[in-house]
Amino acid sequence: MLDVLIVDDSAAIRKILQRVLRQTDIPIGDVHEAGDGVEALEKMRQQSIGLVLSDINMPNMDGLEFLTKVRAEPDWQRIPIVMVSTEGTHAKVLEAVERGASGYVRKPFTAEQIKEKLAGLL
Amino acid sequence: MTTQGEPTQPIPEAELVQAIQQATDEVFTTMLNLTLTPGDMFVEKADPAPTSGVVSLIGLAGTWVGSGSLFCSAEFAIKIASALLMTEYEAMNEDVLDAVAEVTNMIIGNVKTALENRLGAMGLSTPTVIYGRNFQTRSTGTQEWTVVPFFLDGTRMCVQLCIAPNTDSTKKTTRTGFPIPHVLRS
Repeated sequence: MLDVLIVDDSAAIRKILQRVLRQTDIPIGDVHEAGDGVEALEKMRQQSIGLVLSDINMPNMDGLEFLTKVRAEPDWQRIPIVMVSTEGTHAKVLEAVERGASGYVRKPFTAEQIKEKLAGLL
Repeated sequence: MTTQGEPTQPIPEAELVQAIQQATDEVFTTMLNLTLTPGDMFVEKADPAPTSGVVSLIGLAGTWVGSGSLFCSAEFAIKIASALLMTEYEAMNEDVLDAVAEVTNMIIGNVKTALENRLGAMGLSTPTVIYGRNFQTRSTGTQEWTVVPFFLDGTRMCVQLCIAPNTDSTKKTTRTGFPIPHVLRS
């Protein structure tokens, strides 16, 4: 079973992503939630997370800084991290990939887009 | 892509309206499974009259600065939340306000992406949502708001944007927050 961490300052998006995850064929275990990068790092330390879906624009610590901090930890370098953001420019996607993102889905998204992205990673 | 090309000419109104209509249509059809009917845009120069409902505000900052907002009735906000979260809401609550904030974030975020090719990179603040009766919002400045109304089952929602070149050369990096101060009066 795969424990998942959803990082987004919107409770609505966290709820939608959780619903989409439950619709996939992926054996999802516990789904943890965080409202910003700081909270997400705490959850990463407390839980054995196997997949992360993260927004970029968030208060306190944004998704790109969170991504950089995760990839700086040797134990977390192989965890798939998919960025899910309204930021849609090529430059922003490239920056996320350079910092270690495993995938990128632009908001608004369909359930199928999320499922396809995860199927390609897991 | 223009990054620091510093275009200072006003963006053609038609281009702004197209960006708002495309972003709004994409968000509503993709994530809410709702089709809105766009109305005729207008430019608001004076302070709007006091009103009631929900307003969600997001700041844009970079070489250009501005604000985007979504305004709608409580009834419309409840429709947004019910469609987005696939849950029937009957009254205003935190979930409804959060849903309106996220829909605003996606619309203005996509408008920003469309405009960044022309205006350079901009930062986006996190949304602020206000729900109340008989309140008035205004920007302290002379910017004009481009307002695009949309209709759904006889109810109306407006997406509006004001954006102008950043004249303060020390503030040309992207950051979050409201570069144009907003005043809320009731």
